[in-house]
Amino acid sequence: MDGLQSWFSYVFDRWDDILEATLQHARLVLIVVVAATVISVSLGIYIERRPTLRNAVLSIAGIFLTIPSLALFALFIPLVGIGNPPAIMALFLYSLLPILRNTVTGLDEVSPAIVESARGMGMNRRQQLVRVRLPLAWPVIMAGVRVSSLLVVGIAAIAVLVGGDGLGSFIQGGLTRLGLPGSVESVWVGTVFIVLLGLVLDIVFSVVQRFTSSPGLRI
Amino acid sequence: MSDRPMIHLDRVTKVYPGSTVPAVEQLTMDISQGEILVLVGPSGCGKSTTLRLINRMIEPSGGHIYFDGEDVTDVDPDLLRRRIGYVIQQIGLFPHHTIGENIATVPKMLGWDKKRITARVDELLDMVGLEPGQYRDRYPRELSGGQAQRIGVARALGADPAVMLMDEPFGAIDPITRDRLQNEFLRLQAELKKTIVFVTHDIDEAIKMGDRIAILGDRSVIRQIDTPERILAYPVDDFVDDFIGSGSTLKGLNFERVSSLDLSDYPTLVEGEDPQRGLQMLDDANREWLLLLDREHKPLRWLRRADVERGGRELRQRGQHIRAEVEPNATLHDTLEEMLNESTGICCVIDNRGRYQGVVEINDLTEVIRKLRAEAKEHYDALEATSV
Repeated sequence: MDGLQSWFSYVFDRWDDILEATLQHARLVLIVVVAATVISVSLGIYIERRPTLRNAVLSIAGIFLTIPSLALFALFIPLVGIGNPPAIMALFLYSLLPILRNTVTGLDEVSPAIVESARGMGMNRRQQLVRVRLPLAWPVIMAGVRVSSLLVVGIAAIAVLVGGDGLGSFIQGGLTRLGLPGSVESVWVGTVFIVLLGLVLDIVFSVVQRFTSSPGLRI
Repeated sequence: MSDRPMIHLDRVTKVYPGSTVPAVEQLTMDISQGEILVLVGPSGCGKSTTLRLINRMIEPSGGHIYFDGEDVTDVDPDLLRRRIGYVIQQIGLFPHHTIGENIATVPKMLGWDKKRITARVDELLDMVGLEPGQYRDRYPRELSGGQAQRIGVARALGADPAVMLMDEPFGAIDPITRDRLQNEFLRLQAELKKTIVFVTHDIDEAIKMGDRIAILGDRSVIRQIDTPERILAYPVDDFVDDFIGSGSTLKGLNFERVSSLDLSDYPTLVEGEDPQRGLQMLDDANREWLLLLDREHKPLRWLRRADVERGGRELRQRGQHIRAEVEPNATLHDTLEEMLNESTGICCVIDNRGRYQGVVEINDLTEVIRKLRAEAKEHYDALEATSV
């Protein structure tokens, strides 16, 4: 009980710092997810009907996920210096695969009969994509976006190690002062608010998903 | 030239890359304005490929396609397809668009204004028997299979194309609904008079839907192309004969009506006349059954000689009651059905007020069949003579 009480008083005392870090964290995640969505969806459309390229690109995006995050963040420092830029790049690479894979799967799953009838009515390839295939794949793509955002919210805590900001600073700060007063509370603040942010973002994206998908596709 | 065909295929060929055998070989065919031409054949004969060559969903490897005299072999295929209605078995409605939006697809691409599109959507929904107010803003997932295919047809009719291509449109629908959709479609077509190419593997559907039928063999080679009546009466070779299968004679009887027969004289007796006169007629005609009519000449009973001679009860209570009666517009198929249910084997023909017109017997039917065959054979002999 004591622990919980001291945690709440810690949160209360540093509310402004926590809020700022949370917003920074959220900003980081949103930049990464939006950029990854734009790139992955475009890339997904491009590779979907090119089997060799498609396998290659999906494998590479998969390999990104296996690179240890600590190393991946550090790898970008020589290129762009320290701060948020290396963090954004590393997180961007992590968030590619779920969106890319779901874009490809979503487009694949559009019934051939629907594409055939679109073509049969005189839609050119671009119209087939924009008016039929993408809208039908969209709910699947958005599911990938949600997975990516959850993935990135967690890993973004490491940004602090390359000079970035966000809630990772509370975790790192707590760990370096472990044993001193307020250190455990600090680690918990970072963790809890990251989880909360993840939940909030997921709800936000599910609302976006609902409002950007046709009511005809709701089950 | 006024009788220019709506669609003319001139030695159209399709060879798939890597294959030496053409899928469609040198196909030449005319489809007239306003007719339904059914392409029918065993699976794998290339009938669907042929259909898809017409709107260039598949690009021909050789030959030319003409629409109303215009060579469309090299025009932009997307623009060509917007002028042709296309209905497929799987329908392919857009699930993310409302029913109204689905129907509006082609008009929208053609840049019609909003008011015209709305009016057209409602008109088409009415036409296929779905209440516009109730269905316009709903989504395809709420439709039954039969309703979905109605919308598929409405969507194909969207921009009022002169030509419709239909690839087994009713193939995936239960038999009862299919029959209804076929009838509705024929009724619609009687009004719209579109030029339609219709693919099916079902010879019965072909007979029902087709003004003409093209029976296709391997590589889409035309084995016989003619009206259903003539194909049924005179299959030109064993392939066609096998394909139309047993029962073709019976099916052919669907196309002939009682009114086309010369009804022969038959011994009748009107109530109140002298029964002896009836018996005399029976003997003269050397028949077993005498037909008893009431004073208004409506058929009453079948009487044997013994029934007449026995005396006692009134004539109208003797003999057998009449089961088989048809009106002149009945098909010979229905007439035969009636005949089989009648122990005398004789079917009475009555007018719309029930008065006796004559009788049809089994040999009248065999005579019709013989005549149909002879006519069809004559037609083909003449054809051969002119082509030599």
